[in-house]
Amino acid sequence: MARSIVQEFTKGLWAEIPPFRLVLGLCPVLAVTKSVENGIGMGVATTFVLVCSNVLVSSLRKVIPAKVRIACYIVIIATFVTVVELVMQAFAYPLFLKLGIFIPLIVVNCIVLGRSEAFASKNGIFRSLLDGLGIGIGFTLSLSALAAVRELLGTGDLTIWETPIQIFGPTFQPFSFMVEAPGAFVALGLMLCLMNLVGKK
Amino acid sequence: MGDLIVLAISCILINNILLAQYLGNCPFLGTSKKMETAVGMAMAVVFVLVMAGVITWITNTYFLQKLGLEYLRTVAFILVIASLVQFVEMFLKKSIPALYAGLGIFLPLITTNCAVMGVCLININEEYNFLQALVASFSYAVGFGLALILFAGVRERILLARVPRPLQDTSIALVTAGILSLTFFAFKGMV
Repeated sequence: MARSIVQEFTKGLWAEIPPFRLVLGLCPVLAVTKSVENGIGMGVATTFVLVCSNVLVSSLRKVIPAKVRIACYIVIIATFVTVVELVMQAFAYPLFLKLGIFIPLIVVNCIVLGRSEAFASKNGIFRSLLDGLGIGIGFTLSLSALAAVRELLGTGDLTIWETPIQIFGPTFQPFSFMVEAPGAFVALGLMLCLMNLVGKK
Repeated sequence: MGDLIVLAISCILINNILLAQYLGNCPFLGTSKKMETAVGMAMAVVFVLVMAGVITWITNTYFLQKLGLEYLRTVAFILVIASLVQFVEMFLKKSIPALYAGLGIFLPLITTNCAVMGVCLININEEYNFLQALVASFSYAVGFGLALILFAGVRERILLARVPRPLQDTSIALVTAGILSLTFFAFKGMV
């Protein structure tokens, strides 16, 4: 079943939006969504790696021998992750410190390897580019949505460009539970439940 | 010695890799539906994580730092882990077939388990010495196994319960993991 070019891009935004529809790559989702800024930063970094690795894997798909393909994909992905790491250290150092080990861990994010294996190794360059971009933007959207919920309930503020904006006013008692580890699991579980409710029609 | 025991306790309980550090959650949700698979995964992780922790520590200290190649850490570590997993798989298949059959498909999956890569990076970032890195890797792996097996026990009970339809499967599993994480949260401040 051939999808149109547009569908290749938009499927990542709803039909296969990670991590809700494709339950992959949960670790960064849970870990960096303490604040919206972190969520967006992680999303953009992952999108960059996804797009670049998808394009490279797709253009090399006829050269890479089938037996060692996973190892090749991992090296390609690791290269782009190193690029992101170095660029962030140079230009966005505070964000790099906040995301910590989760930037190098994009290497083992199953979404990236999953798209290389399931999509880019079988499709042309342009389609792979759109697929990577779509899935990446979908991932960024999910991360920001989850981060917004957690930050709002956990602190009562939303931080954008390092300036906190009070949403609930000074009398709000924050649920500090939401910005800690347990809140991450519960919030993601409930959002998944909400997606199931909405998506069912 | 006392320091090492404190380190071990904090890695197993307080900074539990699954429930407090959010690493390795894909296999946590993927293999916890049945007790059997959970035990298999836990064993495979203990086995590989200790070896990977030690080998990446050696790689980092004696090769990357000596040669000033720290920026290649991500690429080097993932290659070391991937080849280690492959090697362990071949070795077990030949010499300990019983263990190989027990670990089965969980071995290859470990390459993309971020707990392994994560612990290797934590060992470096915290600047542990060799002995500390060894103890930390082992304790993190034990903590992973502990949380995974506890969680599998809970999930087997959930199968018998009536769950509202939208919450079924992954959704209820995540909420349950949240509650489990809350219990581990209580260990904070113990050390």
